[in-house]
Amino acid sequence: MRRLPWFLLPPLILLGVWDLTVRWQWVAPGIIPAPAQVAESWYWWIFGAPTRSLSPYSGTWTANVLYSARRVLQGFGLAAVLGIPLGILIGWNRLVARVVDPSIQLLRPVPITAWLPFSIAVFGIYDASALFLIGLGAFYPIVVNTTHGVRDTHLLLLRAARMLGAQRLTILVKVVFPSALPAIFTGLRLGIGVAWTAVIVAEMIAVKSGLGYVLWDAYYVGRMDICVATMFSVGLLGFVSDRLIVLASRVALRWRTLEAHA
Amino acid sequence: MLALQSIDFSIAPKEFAAILGPSGCGKSTLLNMVAGFDAPTHGRVLAGGVAVTGPDPRRAVVFQEAALFPWYTVLDNTTFGPKTCGVPAATYLPRVAAVLEQVGLTGFERHYPAELSGGMKQRVAIARVLVMEPEMLLMDEPFGSLDAQTRSVMQELLLSVWERSQQTVLFITHDVEEALLLADSVSVMTARPGRIKKRLTVELPRPRSLDVTMSPVFNELKREVLALIRDESLRVAREG
Repeated sequence: MRRLPWFLLPPLILLGVWDLTVRWQWVAPGIIPAPAQVAESWYWWIFGAPTRSLSPYSGTWTANVLYSARRVLQGFGLAAVLGIPLGILIGWNRLVARVVDPSIQLLRPVPITAWLPFSIAVFGIYDASALFLIGLGAFYPIVVNTTHGVRDTHLLLLRAARMLGAQRLTILVKVVFPSALPAIFTGLRLGIGVAWTAVIVAEMIAVKSGLGYVLWDAYYVGRMDICVATMFSVGLLGFVSDRLIVLASRVALRWRTLEAHA
Repeated sequence: MLALQSIDFSIAPKEFAAILGPSGCGKSTLLNMVAGFDAPTHGRVLAGGVAVTGPDPRRAVVFQEAALFPWYTVLDNTTFGPKTCGVPAATYLPRVAAVLEQVGLTGFERHYPAELSGGMKQRVAIARVLVMEPEMLLMDEPFGSLDAQTRSVMQELLLSVWERSQQTVLFITHDVEEALLLADSVSVMTARPGRIKKRLTVELPRPRSLDVTMSPVFNELKREVLALIRDESLRVAREG
């Protein structure tokens, strides 16, 4: 009983309800596509359809996934490269914290959707606009969690390092950074989630390619099946990228998951 | 709040000095000032005639918690000090192997602290300061969080290690028997504000083992210390 894949139960129920909703026409017909129809459209969208070669979506899935994934990777990478060092500085140096932190906390509540017009006005309908939004969105959780991680470094470990002769830089690299690493990974996980949100928003409006663009375009031409297939695709990609970060953290934080056997 | 008052205390080179006091008497504060973590508001702390201005590897500390770096293996924790101080690997590696052998951790070099028991962690904490060959060893209730059985094993271990290296030790504890078993002198502290009430010399032959705790001399000293502590508790209760 325990070994059965119980986690499949909720999705199967959801799928059943969805199918019945369409089949028995609980909503007006034509609004929600049936699961089978979504699956079929998704299949043609990925692998192409010789008989439906007129469809603008046929076989374009991979290209659009790559557009979105590249933007997420670049924006997220930018956020990590800026956010982690800045978070460490804020957590480590009181002066930096006093100068920089209030600005970050004031800007943080501005949703990335609110930055859209600004971003398009400044960067135009180009990749830079999307990268700005994704990077900005992912930056906040990364910088905030890194700061917390650094500040949470155990006083006793700092003292231990000092009495063993460590100076500030050694302490930062060998004690504070590894101690903050779990929090940094939490920031990265939250950040990648925001990055996928941001890429869809950005592609809906600020660029002309990628899953977000397809989603909005399909909605305009009444292809709800493609819309739903896009939603599934984004969910899947978000899930996979989160798992990758978790995997990386398991490797980097192996020392945390070990258990005493002595 | 006033933690310590008018402490006039000195340790001779190669002396094993224990400080005995109730919790909250400021004995850890005293150790932290000698270590250089805290600065006294009045007066000064001298080590080898030089004023203490901050932590120094020559005054190595063993804390109540092992305070190991959880992301480093036993070996990396033990080599942290020598590496940081720029000692060449050829010099410290044999020393590390010898010290790990001494504390009974040979074969555990690649283990992480999370894989070790409390007693073993504390052995690593001792090993990592021993490889520094410090002039002075500061120990802040190092066995306070261990179970009784592990504690006596660790006390014997410390005795054997110390009797070989003969470092100056400042040992903080609230355990009367522990202080008498290990130390050359036991200073009894009063409750807040902490003062040194009396310093006793422990004239027990070395090398010592746990058997010493059965001897009449030991028990005579224990009675004297317990009487001092009782006086103090009564005074606190009257004034409290």
